[in-house]
Amino acid sequence: MVAVPTRSLLTVLAALVAIGSLAASCAGSDAKATPAASSDATPILQGEITVFAASSLTDAFSEIGKTFMAANPKTRVNFNFASSSALATQINEGGPADVFAAADSTSMKSVTDKGNAAEPKTFATNLPVVVVPKTGSPVQAFADLAKPGVKLILAAPGVPIGNYARTVLTNASAANGGISPDFSAKVLANLKSNEANVRAVLTKIQTGEADAGIVYSTDAATVPNDVKTIAIPAQYNIIATYPIAPIKSTKHVDIATAFVQFVLGPAGQQILGKSGFQPAP
Amino acid sequence: MNRPAVIERGAMTTVIALTLVFGLFFVLPFAGLVERAIEDGNTFDLWRTEQVRDALFLSFWTSTLSVALAILFGTPVAYVLARSRFRGKALIDALVDLPIVLPPTVAGVALLTAFGRRGLIGQPLDNWTGLTLGFSTTAVVMAQTLVSAPFYVRAAKGGIEAIDPQLERVAYTLGASRVRTFFRVVAPQARPSLIAGIILSWSRAMGELGATLIFAGNLQGKTQTMPLAIIQAFEGSSLGLSGAVALSLILLIVALVALVIFRALAGRAAPPI
Repeated sequence: MVAVPTRSLLTVLAALVAIGSLAASCAGSDAKATPAASSDATPILQGEITVFAASSLTDAFSEIGKTFMAANPKTRVNFNFASSSALATQINEGGPADVFAAADSTSMKSVTDKGNAAEPKTFATNLPVVVVPKTGSPVQAFADLAKPGVKLILAAPGVPIGNYARTVLTNASAANGGISPDFSAKVLANLKSNEANVRAVLTKIQTGEADAGIVYSTDAATVPNDVKTIAIPAQYNIIATYPIAPIKSTKHVDIATAFVQFVLGPAGQQILGKSGFQPAP
Repeated sequence: MNRPAVIERGAMTTVIALTLVFGLFFVLPFAGLVERAIEDGNTFDLWRTEQVRDALFLSFWTSTLSVALAILFGTPVAYVLARSRFRGKALIDALVDLPIVLPPTVAGVALLTAFGRRGLIGQPLDNWTGLTLGFSTTAVVMAQTLVSAPFYVRAAKGGIEAIDPQLERVAYTLGASRVRTFFRVVAPQARPSLIAGIILSWSRAMGELGATLIFAGNLQGKTQTMPLAIIQAFEGSSLGLSGAVALSLILLIVALVALVIFRALAGRAAPPI
Protein backbone atom coordinates (compact mmCIF):
# COMPACT_ATOMS: atom_id res chain seq x y z
CA MET A 1 0.00 0.00 0.00
CA VAL A 2 1.13 3.49 -0.79
CA ALA A 3 0.57 5.97 1.99
CA VAL A 4 -1.42 8.93 0.74
CA PRO A 5 -1.49 12.03 2.88
CA THR A 6 -5.05 12.44 4.12
CA ARG A 7 -5.25 16.11 3.39
CA SER A 8 -4.33 15.83 -0.28
CA LEU A 9 -6.77 12.95 -0.64
CA LEU A 10 -9.50 15.16 0.81
CA THR A 11 -8.56 17.98 -1.55
CA VAL A 12 -8.89 15.64 -4.52
CA LEU A 13 -12.26 14.39 -3.29
CA ALA A 14 -13.49 17.92 -2.71
CA ALA A 15 -12.39 18.91 -6.20
CA LEU A 16 -14.17 15.92 -7.72
CA VAL A 17 -17.35 16.74 -5.82
CA ALA A 18 -17.12 20.36 -6.98
CA ILE A 19 -16.67 19.30 -10.61
CA GLY A 20 -19.55 16.86 -10.33
CA SER A 21 -21.97 19.36 -8.85
CA LEU A 22 -20.95 21.98 -11.38
CA ALA A 23 -21.64 19.58 -14.22
CA ALA A 24 -24.93 18.58 -12.66
CA SER A 25 -26.07 22.18 -12.25
CA CYS A 26 -25.18 22.92 -15.87
CA ALA A 27 -27.07 19.88 -17.07
CA GLY A 28 -30.05 20.60 -14.90
CA SER A 29 -30.48 24.25 -15.78
CA ASP A 30 -32.81 23.68 -18.70
CA ALA A 31 -34.75 20.87 -17.08
CA LYS A 32 -37.03 23.09 -15.06
CA ALA A 33 -40.40 23.49 -16.69
CA THR A 34 -42.18 26.78 -16.38
CA PRO A 35 -45.12 26.30 -14.05
CA ALA A 36 -48.50 27.14 -15.46
CA ALA A 37 -51.63 27.86 -13.53
CA SER A 38 -53.86 24.86 -13.18
CA SER A 39 -57.43 25.92 -12.67
CA ASP A 40 -59.24 22.57 -12.74
CA ALA A 41 -61.19 21.42 -9.77
CA THR A 42 -59.65 17.94 -10.02
CA PRO A 43 -57.35 17.02 -7.13
CA ILE A 44 -53.86 18.39 -7.65
CA LEU A 45 -51.38 15.76 -8.79
CA GLN A 46 -48.17 15.71 -6.83
CA GLY A 47 -45.11 13.52 -7.16
CA GLU A 48 -42.60 12.07 -9.56
CA ILE A 49 -43.01 9.33 -12.15
CA THR A 50 -40.63 7.57 -14.50
CA VAL A 51 -41.76 6.72 -18.00
CA PHE A 52 -39.94 3.91 -19.84
CA ALA A 53 -40.31 4.78 -23.51
CA ALA A 54 -39.07 3.41 -26.84
CA SER A 55 -36.05 5.20 -28.36
CA SER A 56 -38.13 6.37 -31.32
CA LEU A 57 -40.30 8.39 -28.89
CA THR A 58 -37.32 10.39 -27.56
CA ASP A 59 -38.24 13.76 -29.07
CA ALA A 60 -42.04 13.56 -28.92
CA PHE A 61 -42.17 12.25 -25.35
CA SER A 62 -39.62 14.77 -24.06
CA GLU A 63 -41.94 17.50 -25.28
CA ILE A 64 -45.07 15.75 -23.98
CA GLY A 65 -43.32 15.48 -20.60
CA LYS A 66 -42.60 19.21 -20.50
CA THR A 67 -46.17 20.08 -21.48
CA PHE A 68 -47.56 17.66 -18.90
CA MET A 69 -45.39 19.14 -16.16
CA ALA A 70 -46.42 22.65 -17.18
CA ALA A 71 -50.06 21.64 -16.79
CA ASN A 72 -49.34 19.82 -13.51
CA PRO A 73 -46.65 21.91 -11.83
CA LYS A 74 -46.40 19.69 -8.76
CA THR A 75 -45.39 16.68 -10.84
CA ARG A 76 -42.15 15.63 -12.36
CA VAL A 77 -41.87 13.18 -15.28
CA ASN A 78 -38.55 11.42 -15.87
CA PHE A 79 -37.81 9.35 -18.95
CA ASN A 80 -35.77 6.27 -19.62
CA PHE A 81 -35.39 5.84 -23.39
CA ALA A 82 -34.05 2.58 -24.79
CA SER A 83 -35.14 -0.19 -27.11
CA SER A 84 -38.58 -1.49 -26.13
CA SER A 85 -37.23 -5.01 -25.65
CA ALA A 86 -34.54 -3.82 -23.22
CA LEU A 87 -37.14 -1.75 -21.33
CA ALA A 88 -39.49 -4.75 -21.12
CA THR A 89 -36.68 -6.85 -19.63
CA GLN A 90 -35.89 -4.10 -17.13
CA ILE A 91 -39.55 -3.72 -16.11
CA ASN A 92 -39.95 -7.48 -15.66
CA GLU A 93 -36.83 -7.42 -13.47
CA GLY A 94 -38.41 -4.79 -11.25
CA GLY A 95 -37.12 -1.66 -12.98
CA PRO A 96 -38.62 1.49 -11.44
CA ALA A 97 -41.12 2.28 -14.20
CA ASP A 98 -44.51 3.92 -13.70
CA VAL A 99 -45.54 3.95 -17.36
CA PHE A 100 -44.36 1.86 -20.30
CA ALA A 101 -44.64 3.14 -23.87
CA ALA A 102 -43.42 0.52 -26.36
CA ALA A 103 -42.78 0.54 -30.08
CA ASP A 104 -44.35 -2.87 -30.63
CA SER A 105 -46.97 -5.13 -29.15
CA THR A 106 -44.42 -7.95 -28.55
CA SER A 107 -42.49 -5.97 -25.93
CA MET A 108 -45.71 -4.79 -24.28
CA LYS A 109 -47.04 -8.36 -24.31
CA SER A 110 -43.99 -9.66 -22.45
CA VAL A 111 -44.78 -7.11 -19.71
CA THR A 112 -48.54 -7.79 -19.58
CA ASP A 113 -47.93 -11.57 -19.67
CA LYS A 114 -45.92 -11.25 -16.47
CA GLY A 115 -48.79 -9.28 -14.93
CA ASN A 116 -46.77 -6.07 -14.67
CA ALA A 117 -49.21 -4.03 -16.74
CA ALA A 118 -52.74 -4.44 -18.08
CA GLU A 119 -54.96 -3.12 -20.84
CA PRO A 120 -52.41 -1.32 -23.01
CA LYS A 121 -53.84 1.25 -25.40
CA THR A 122 -52.46 2.08 -28.85
CA PHE A 123 -51.53 5.76 -28.91
CA ALA A 124 -49.70 6.12 -32.23
CA THR A 125 -48.55 4.35 -35.36
CA ASN A 126 -45.40 4.74 -37.38
CA LEU A 127 -43.92 3.58 -40.67
CA PRO A 128 -40.52 1.96 -41.22
CA VAL A 129 -38.45 3.65 -43.95
CA VAL A 130 -35.01 3.20 -45.50
CA VAL A 131 -32.53 5.95 -44.65
CA VAL A 132 -29.30 6.67 -46.50
CA PRO A 133 -26.65 9.37 -46.07
CA LYS A 134 -27.53 12.56 -47.96
CA THR A 135 -24.80 11.96 -50.53
CA GLY A 136 -22.80 9.10 -51.92
CA SER A 137 -24.93 6.10 -51.01
CA PRO A 138 -25.19 3.29 -53.56
CA VAL A 139 -28.75 2.81 -52.31
CA GLN A 140 -31.25 5.08 -54.06
CA ALA A 141 -34.29 2.78 -54.17
CA PHE A 142 -35.65 0.05 -51.90
CA ALA A 143 -34.52 -2.73 -54.28
CA ASP A 144 -30.92 -1.38 -54.15
CA LEU A 145 -30.57 -2.82 -50.63
CA ALA A 146 -29.73 -6.15 -52.30
CA LYS A 147 -26.83 -4.69 -54.35
CA PRO A 148 -23.57 -6.44 -53.45
CA GLY A 149 -21.22 -4.33 -51.32
CA VAL A 150 -23.87 -2.14 -49.69
CA LYS A 151 -23.03 -1.47 -46.05
CA LEU A 152 -26.37 -2.09 -44.37
CA ILE A 153 -27.11 -1.72 -40.68
CA LEU A 154 -30.26 -2.71 -38.85
CA ALA A 155 -31.42 -2.78 -35.27
CA ALA A 156 -30.77 -6.17 -33.68
CA PRO A 157 -33.40 -8.92 -33.86
CA GLY A 158 -35.63 -8.53 -30.82
CA VAL A 159 -35.56 -4.74 -31.01
CA PRO A 160 -38.94 -3.76 -32.53
CA ILE A 161 -37.56 -1.90 -35.56
CA GLY A 162 -35.08 -4.75 -36.08
CA ASN A 163 -37.97 -7.23 -36.19
CA TYR A 164 -40.06 -4.97 -38.44
CA ALA A 165 -37.15 -4.54 -40.85
CA ARG A 166 -36.72 -8.30 -41.16
CA THR A 167 -40.47 -8.76 -41.66
CA VAL A 168 -40.37 -6.17 -44.46
CA LEU A 169 -37.49 -8.06 -46.13
CA THR A 170 -39.41 -11.33 -45.83
CA ASN A 171 -42.50 -9.69 -47.33
CA ALA A 172 -40.40 -8.45 -50.25
CA SER A 173 -39.17 -12.01 -50.86
CA ALA A 174 -42.67 -13.47 -51.14
CA ALA A 175 -43.19 -15.90 -54.01
CA ASN A 176 -45.89 -13.82 -55.68
CA GLY A 177 -45.54 -10.06 -55.78
CA GLY A 178 -42.13 -9.97 -54.09
CA ILE A 179 -38.98 -8.46 -55.59
CA SER A 180 -37.26 -11.85 -55.76
CA PRO A 181 -37.30 -14.98 -53.61
CA ASP A 182 -33.71 -14.44 -52.46
CA PHE A 183 -34.13 -10.70 -51.82
CA SER A 184 -34.04 -11.03 -48.03
CA ALA A 185 -30.99 -13.33 -48.11
CA LYS A 186 -29.13 -10.95 -50.41
CA VAL A 187 -29.95 -7.91 -48.26
CA LEU A 188 -28.99 -9.64 -45.02
CA ALA A 189 -25.67 -10.67 -46.60
CA ASN A 190 -24.94 -6.91 -46.69
CA LEU A 191 -25.64 -6.52 -42.97
CA LYS A 192 -22.69 -4.96 -41.16
CA SER A 193 -24.04 -4.40 -37.69
CA ASN A 194 -26.96 -5.16 -35.38
CA GLU A 195 -27.47 -1.95 -33.42
CA ALA A 196 -29.00 -1.73 -29.96
CA ASN A 197 -31.81 0.66 -30.86
CA VAL A 198 -33.27 2.74 -33.64
CA ARG A 199 -31.32 5.90 -32.77
CA ALA A 200 -28.00 4.05 -32.98
CA VAL A 201 -28.91 2.98 -36.53
CA LEU A 202 -29.79 6.56 -37.43
CA THR A 203 -26.52 7.94 -36.01
CA LYS A 204 -24.44 5.51 -38.07
CA ILE A 205 -26.25 6.69 -41.24
CA GLN A 206 -25.92 10.36 -40.21
CA THR A 207 -22.17 9.95 -39.75
CA GLY A 208 -21.90 8.18 -43.11
CA GLU A 209 -20.42 5.05 -41.55
CA ALA A 210 -23.00 2.89 -43.32
CA ASP A 211 -24.81 3.16 -46.66
CA ALA A 212 -28.33 2.30 -45.58
CA GLY A 213 -30.46 1.46 -42.58
CA ILE A 214 -34.10 0.93 -41.68
CA VAL A 215 -35.63 3.25 -39.07
CA TYR A 216 -39.04 4.80 -38.41
CA SER A 217 -40.12 7.70 -40.60
CA THR A 218 -40.33 9.86 -37.45
CA ASP A 219 -36.65 9.22 -36.64
CA ALA A 220 -35.61 10.02 -40.19
CA ALA A 221 -37.57 13.30 -39.95
CA THR A 222 -35.46 14.49 -37.00
CA VAL A 223 -32.32 14.86 -39.16
CA PRO A 224 -33.56 15.95 -42.60
CA ASN A 225 -30.25 17.66 -43.39
CA ASP A 226 -28.13 14.56 -42.88
CA VAL A 227 -30.16 11.69 -44.25
CA LYS A 228 -32.36 10.94 -47.23
CA THR A 229 -35.51 8.90 -46.73
CA ILE A 230 -36.55 6.18 -49.19
CA ALA A 231 -40.09 4.88 -48.76
CA ILE A 232 -40.62 1.14 -48.46
CA PRO A 233 -43.24 0.02 -51.02
CA ALA A 234 -46.56 -0.18 -49.18
CA GLN A 235 -47.24 -3.76 -50.25
CA TYR A 236 -44.16 -4.96 -48.29
CA ASN A 237 -44.33 -2.52 -45.39
CA ILE A 238 -45.94 -2.98 -42.02
CA ILE A 239 -47.46 -0.40 -39.70
CA ALA A 240 -45.78 -0.16 -36.30
CA THR A 241 -48.25 0.32 -33.46
CA TYR A 242 -47.23 1.93 -30.16
CA PRO A 243 -48.99 0.69 -27.01
CA ILE A 244 -48.89 2.48 -23.65
CA ALA A 245 -49.92 1.31 -20.16
CA PRO A 246 -49.35 2.24 -16.51
CA ILE A 247 -47.18 -0.25 -14.63
CA LYS A 248 -48.92 -2.23 -11.88
CA SER A 249 -46.32 -1.55 -9.20
CA THR A 250 -46.48 2.24 -9.55
CA LYS A 251 -46.75 4.24 -6.35
CA HIS A 252 -48.38 7.09 -8.26
CA VAL A 253 -51.36 5.50 -10.00
CA ASP A 254 -53.00 8.92 -10.33
CA ILE A 255 -50.07 10.56 -12.13
CA ALA A 256 -49.32 7.47 -14.23
CA THR A 257 -52.96 7.27 -15.37
CA ALA A 258 -53.08 11.01 -15.97
CA PHE A 259 -49.94 10.80 -18.09
CA VAL A 260 -51.37 7.96 -20.19
CA GLN A 261 -54.59 9.97 -20.66
CA PHE A 262 -52.51 13.01 -21.60
CA VAL A 263 -50.66 11.05 -24.31
CA LEU A 264 -53.96 9.71 -25.69
CA GLY A 265 -55.65 13.12 -25.40
CA PRO A 266 -55.58 16.06 -27.83
CA ALA A 267 -52.40 17.71 -26.44
CA GLY A 268 -50.34 14.50 -26.58
CA GLN A 269 -51.71 13.52 -29.98
CA GLN A 270 -50.91 16.97 -31.37
CA ILE A 271 -47.25 16.71 -30.26
CA LEU A 272 -46.97 13.18 -31.62
CA GLY A 273 -48.50 14.34 -34.91
CA LYS A 274 -45.99 17.17 -35.10
CA SER A 275 -43.17 14.58 -34.79
CA GLY A 276 -44.65 12.67 -37.71
CA PHE A 277 -46.49 9.90 -35.86
CA GLN A 278 -49.85 8.79 -37.26
CA PRO A 279 -52.76 8.82 -34.83
CA ALA A 280 -54.02 5.62 -33.27
CA PRO A 281 -56.41 3.77 -35.60
CA MET B 1 0.67 3.72 21.03
CA ASN B 2 -0.98 3.38 24.36
CA ARG B 3 -4.59 4.14 23.67
CA PRO B 4 -7.22 2.66 25.92
CA ALA B 5 -8.09 -0.89 24.87
CA VAL B 6 -11.77 0.00 24.49
CA ILE B 7 -11.05 2.47 21.69
CA GLU B 8 -8.76 -0.03 20.00
CA ARG B 9 -11.49 -2.65 20.11
CA GLY B 10 -14.06 -0.16 18.79
CA ALA B 11 -11.79 0.69 15.89
CA MET B 12 -11.26 -3.00 15.14
CA THR B 13 -15.03 -3.67 15.14
CA THR B 14 -15.61 -0.75 12.77
CA VAL B 15 -12.94 -2.01 10.40
CA ILE B 16 -14.41 -5.51 10.40
CA ALA B 17 -17.95 -4.21 9.87
CA LEU B 18 -16.87 -2.00 6.97
CA THR B 19 -14.94 -4.88 5.42
CA LEU B 20 -17.96 -7.17 5.69
CA VAL B 21 -20.32 -4.67 4.04
CA PHE B 22 -17.80 -3.99 1.28
CA GLY B 23 -17.13 -7.71 0.82
CA LEU B 24 -20.85 -8.49 0.56
CA PHE B 25 -21.29 -5.74 -2.00
CA PHE B 26 -18.69 -7.42 -4.21
CA VAL B 27 -19.81 -11.00 -3.67
CA LEU B 28 -23.60 -10.60 -3.91
CA PRO B 29 -23.80 -9.66 -7.61
CA PHE B 30 -21.87 -12.80 -8.54
CA ALA B 31 -24.06 -14.86 -6.23
CA GLY B 32 -27.05 -13.34 -8.04
CA LEU B 33 -25.64 -14.45 -11.40
CA VAL B 34 -25.08 -18.01 -10.25
CA GLU B 35 -28.46 -18.18 -8.54
CA ARG B 36 -30.25 -16.97 -11.68
CA ALA B 37 -28.33 -19.39 -13.89
CA ILE B 38 -29.37 -22.31 -11.68
CA GLU B 39 -32.96 -21.08 -11.64
CA ASP B 40 -33.05 -20.76 -15.45
CA GLY B 41 -31.45 -24.19 -15.86
CA ASN B 42 -30.62 -23.67 -19.56
CA THR B 43 -27.17 -22.14 -19.16
CA PHE B 44 -25.34 -25.14 -20.64
CA ASP B 45 -27.63 -25.18 -23.69
CA LEU B 46 -26.99 -21.49 -24.22
CA TRP B 47 -23.24 -22.02 -23.93
CA ARG B 48 -23.40 -24.45 -26.83
CA THR B 49 -25.07 -22.00 -29.23
CA GLU B 50 -23.18 -20.78 -32.26
CA GLN B 51 -23.54 -17.16 -31.20
CA VAL B 52 -21.77 -17.78 -27.90
CA ARG B 53 -19.03 -19.83 -29.56
CA ASP B 54 -18.40 -17.13 -32.16
CA ALA B 55 -18.37 -14.34 -29.58
CA LEU B 56 -16.04 -16.18 -27.20
CA PHE B 57 -13.62 -17.14 -29.97
CA LEU B 58 -13.60 -13.59 -31.35
CA SER B 59 -13.10 -12.05 -27.90
CA PHE B 60 -10.23 -14.41 -27.15
CA TRP B 61 -8.18 -13.83 -30.25
CA THR B 62 -8.83 -10.10 -30.59
CA SER B 63 -7.90 -9.49 -26.94
CA THR B 64 -4.77 -11.59 -27.30
CA LEU B 65 -3.80 -9.70 -30.44
CA SER B 66 -4.46 -6.38 -28.68
CA VAL B 67 -2.17 -7.38 -25.84
CA ALA B 68 0.50 -8.54 -28.30
CA LEU B 69 0.33 -5.11 -29.93
CA ALA B 70 0.53 -3.47 -26.52
CA ILE B 71 3.66 -5.47 -25.68
CA LEU B 72 5.27 -4.81 -29.08
CA PHE B 73 4.68 -1.07 -29.12
CA GLY B 74 4.20 -0.42 -25.43
CA THR B 75 7.35 -1.96 -23.98
CA PRO B 76 9.75 0.46 -25.72
CA VAL B 77 7.49 3.36 -24.73
CA ALA B 78 7.45 2.16 -21.12
CA TYR B 79 11.24 1.80 -21.14
CA VAL B 80 11.81 5.27 -22.53
CA LEU B 81 9.34 6.83 -20.10
CA ALA B 82 10.95 5.01 -17.17
CA ARG B 83 14.59 5.61 -18.03
CA SER B 84 15.04 8.86 -19.92
CA ARG B 85 14.38 12.50 -19.35
CA PHE B 86 13.41 14.80 -22.16
CA ARG B 87 11.26 17.82 -22.85
CA GLY B 88 7.59 16.94 -23.21
CA LYS B 89 7.93 13.71 -21.28
CA ALA B 90 5.16 14.74 -18.89
CA LEU B 91 2.88 15.30 -21.86
CA ILE B 92 3.57 11.84 -23.31
CA ASP B 93 3.09 10.36 -19.84
CA ALA B 94 -0.30 12.03 -19.59
CA LEU B 95 -1.30 10.96 -23.12
CA VAL B 96 -0.49 7.33 -22.32
CA ASP B 97 -2.58 7.51 -19.16
CA LEU B 98 -5.50 9.32 -20.79
CA PRO B 99 -7.41 6.25 -22.04
CA ILE B 100 -7.27 4.81 -18.50
CA VAL B 101 -9.34 7.63 -17.07
CA LEU B 102 -11.37 8.24 -20.22
CA PRO B 103 -14.77 6.53 -20.58
CA PRO B 104 -14.48 3.93 -23.38
CA THR B 105 -17.47 5.47 -25.15
CA VAL B 106 -15.39 8.63 -25.59
CA ALA B 107 -12.62 6.47 -27.07
CA GLY B 108 -15.21 5.03 -29.47
CA VAL B 109 -16.43 8.43 -30.61
CA ALA B 110 -12.81 9.57 -30.95
CA LEU B 111 -11.92 6.54 -33.07
CA LEU B 112 -14.95 7.21 -35.24
CA THR B 113 -13.98 10.83 -35.84
CA ALA B 114 -10.43 9.78 -36.74
CA PHE B 115 -10.80 6.47 -38.56
CA GLY B 116 -14.51 6.47 -39.49
CA ARG B 117 -15.57 6.71 -43.10
CA ARG B 118 -15.78 10.51 -42.84
CA GLY B 119 -13.02 10.79 -40.27
CA LEU B 120 -9.73 12.63 -40.27
CA ILE B 121 -7.79 9.62 -41.61
CA GLY B 122 -10.74 7.46 -42.56
CA GLN B 123 -12.00 9.69 -45.35
CA PRO B 124 -8.71 9.99 -47.31
CA LEU B 125 -8.15 6.27 -46.72
CA ASP B 126 -11.57 5.48 -48.18
CA ASN B 127 -11.05 7.88 -51.11
CA TRP B 128 -7.62 6.57 -52.06
CA THR B 129 -7.85 2.87 -51.31
CA GLY B 130 -11.55 2.17 -50.86
CA LEU B 131 -10.62 0.69 -47.50
CA THR B 132 -13.01 1.30 -44.60
CA LEU B 133 -12.19 0.30 -41.05
CA GLY B 134 -15.64 0.63 -39.46
CA PHE B 135 -17.61 -2.62 -38.95
CA SER B 136 -14.43 -4.73 -39.34
CA THR B 137 -12.58 -6.99 -36.95
CA THR B 138 -9.63 -4.59 -37.35
CA ALA B 139 -11.83 -1.94 -35.76
CA VAL B 140 -12.45 -4.26 -32.81
CA VAL B 141 -8.72 -4.71 -32.27
CA MET B 142 -8.13 -0.96 -32.61
CA ALA B 143 -10.80 -0.19 -30.00
CA GLN B 144 -9.43 -2.81 -27.61
CA THR B 145 -5.83 -1.70 -28.05
CA LEU B 146 -6.67 1.95 -27.47
CA VAL B 147 -8.43 1.30 -24.18
CA SER B 148 -6.30 -1.57 -22.89
CA ALA B 149 -2.68 -0.91 -23.92
CA PRO B 150 -2.22 1.98 -21.45
CA PHE B 151 -2.73 -0.47 -18.57
CA TYR B 152 0.23 -2.50 -19.82
CA VAL B 153 2.45 0.53 -20.48
CA ARG B 154 1.73 1.96 -17.04
CA ALA B 155 2.49 -1.30 -15.26
CA ALA B 156 5.63 -1.94 -17.33
CA LYS B 157 6.88 1.58 -16.72
CA GLY B 158 6.37 1.21 -12.97
CA GLY B 159 8.21 -2.11 -12.99
CA ILE B 160 11.18 -0.79 -14.93
CA GLU B 161 11.42 2.32 -12.75
CA ALA B 162 11.70 0.12 -9.68
CA ILE B 163 14.83 -1.64 -10.99
CA ASP B 164 18.15 -0.26 -9.82
CA PRO B 165 19.77 1.41 -12.89
CA GLN B 166 23.13 0.24 -11.52
CA LEU B 167 22.27 -3.28 -12.67
CA GLU B 168 21.96 -2.11 -16.26
CA ARG B 169 25.20 -0.14 -15.99
CA VAL B 170 26.99 -3.22 -14.74
CA ALA B 171 25.66 -5.19 -17.71
CA TYR B 172 26.94 -2.52 -20.10
CA THR B 173 30.40 -2.50 -18.50
CA LEU B 174 30.45 -6.26 -18.93
CA GLY B 175 29.94 -5.67 -22.66
CA ALA B 176 26.26 -6.48 -23.01
CA SER B 177 24.36 -4.57 -25.68
CA ARG B 178 21.31 -2.46 -24.82
CA VAL B 179 18.96 -5.03 -26.34
CA ARG B 180 20.67 -7.93 -24.58
CA THR B 181 20.60 -5.99 -21.32
CA PHE B 182 16.90 -5.39 -21.70
CA PHE B 183 16.08 -9.05 -22.27
CA ARG B 184 18.58 -10.50 -19.75
CA VAL B 185 18.44 -7.92 -16.96
CA VAL B 186 15.49 -5.53 -17.21
CA ALA B 187 12.75 -7.89 -18.41
CA PRO B 188 13.42 -10.67 -15.83
CA GLN B 189 13.60 -8.08 -13.03
CA ALA B 190 10.39 -6.40 -14.15
CA ARG B 191 8.64 -9.70 -14.82
CA PRO B 192 5.93 -9.43 -12.12
CA SER B 193 5.01 -5.94 -13.30
CA LEU B 194 5.01 -6.93 -16.96
CA ILE B 195 2.76 -9.88 -16.22
CA ALA B 196 0.46 -7.76 -14.07
CA GLY B 197 0.26 -5.34 -16.99
CA ILE B 198 -0.59 -8.19 -19.35
CA ILE B 199 -3.36 -9.44 -17.03
CA LEU B 200 -4.83 -5.99 -16.68
CA SER B 201 -4.76 -5.08 -20.35
CA TRP B 202 -5.99 -8.49 -21.51
CA SER B 203 -8.93 -8.37 -19.08
CA ARG B 204 -9.68 -4.84 -20.10
CA ALA B 205 -9.64 -5.85 -23.78
CA MET B 206 -11.91 -8.84 -23.06
CA GLY B 207 -14.37 -6.51 -21.36
CA GLU B 208 -14.25 -3.71 -23.91
CA LEU B 209 -17.76 -2.65 -24.88
CA GLY B 210 -18.33 1.05 -25.44
CA ALA B 211 -15.63 1.82 -27.97
CA THR B 212 -16.30 -1.39 -29.91
CA LEU B 213 -20.04 -0.79 -30.07
CA ILE B 214 -19.55 2.73 -31.42
CA PHE B 215 -16.60 2.16 -33.75
CA ALA B 216 -16.87 -1.47 -34.83
CA GLY B 217 -20.60 -2.17 -34.67
CA ASN B 218 -22.15 -5.46 -33.67
CA LEU B 219 -22.20 -8.46 -36.02
CA GLN B 220 -21.93 -12.08 -34.99
CA GLY B 221 -18.61 -13.68 -35.92
CA LYS B 222 -17.11 -10.41 -37.09
CA THR B 223 -17.36 -7.69 -34.47
CA GLN B 224 -19.63 -9.20 -31.83
CA THR B 225 -17.37 -9.83 -28.85
CA MET B 226 -18.66 -11.31 -25.59
CA PRO B 227 -19.69 -8.00 -23.97
CA LEU B 228 -21.59 -7.04 -27.13
CA ALA B 229 -23.28 -10.44 -27.16
CA ILE B 230 -24.33 -9.86 -23.55
CA ILE B 231 -25.85 -6.49 -24.42
CA GLN B 232 -27.64 -7.97 -27.41
CA ALA B 233 -28.97 -10.87 -25.36
CA PHE B 234 -30.24 -8.40 -22.80
CA GLU B 235 -31.86 -6.17 -25.42
CA GLY B 236 -33.25 -8.91 -27.64
CA SER B 237 -36.34 -10.72 -26.46
CA SER B 238 -35.31 -14.15 -27.83
CA LEU B 239 -32.44 -14.93 -25.42
CA GLY B 240 -33.37 -12.29 -22.91
CA LEU B 241 -31.98 -12.09 -19.44
CA SER B 242 -31.15 -15.81 -19.19
CA GLY B 243 -28.96 -15.40 -22.26
CA ALA B 244 -27.22 -12.42 -20.72
CA VAL B 245 -26.73 -14.39 -17.49
CA ALA B 246 -25.28 -17.42 -19.30
CA LEU B 247 -22.83 -15.24 -21.24
CA SER B 248 -21.86 -13.24 -18.17
CA LEU B 249 -21.08 -16.46 -16.29
CA ILE B 250 -18.67 -17.50 -19.04
CA LEU B 251 -16.82 -14.21 -18.81
CA LEU B 252 -16.73 -14.49 -15.03
CA ILE B 253 -15.18 -17.96 -15.24
CA VAL B 254 -12.74 -16.88 -17.96
CA ALA B 255 -11.69 -13.91 -15.85
CA LEU B 256 -11.12 -16.07 -12.78
CA VAL B 257 -9.13 -18.67 -14.74
CA ALA B 258 -7.03 -15.97 -16.40
CA LEU B 259 -6.30 -14.40 -13.05
CA VAL B 260 -5.20 -17.71 -11.53
CA ILE B 261 -3.01 -18.65 -14.51
CA PHE B 262 -1.32 -15.29 -14.74
CA ARG B 263 -0.76 -15.10 -10.99
CA ALA B 264 0.84 -18.52 -11.10
CA LEU B 265 3.01 -17.40 -14.03
CA ALA B 266 4.08 -14.29 -12.20
CA GLY B 267 5.57 -16.57 -9.54
CA ARG B 268 4.79 -14.16 -6.79
CA ALA B 269 2.13 -11.64 -6.06
CA ALA B 270 2.05 -8.79 -8.51
CA PRO B 271 3.30 -5.50 -7.16
CA PRO B 272 0.83 -2.68 -6.68
CA ILE B 273 0.36 -0.52 -9.73
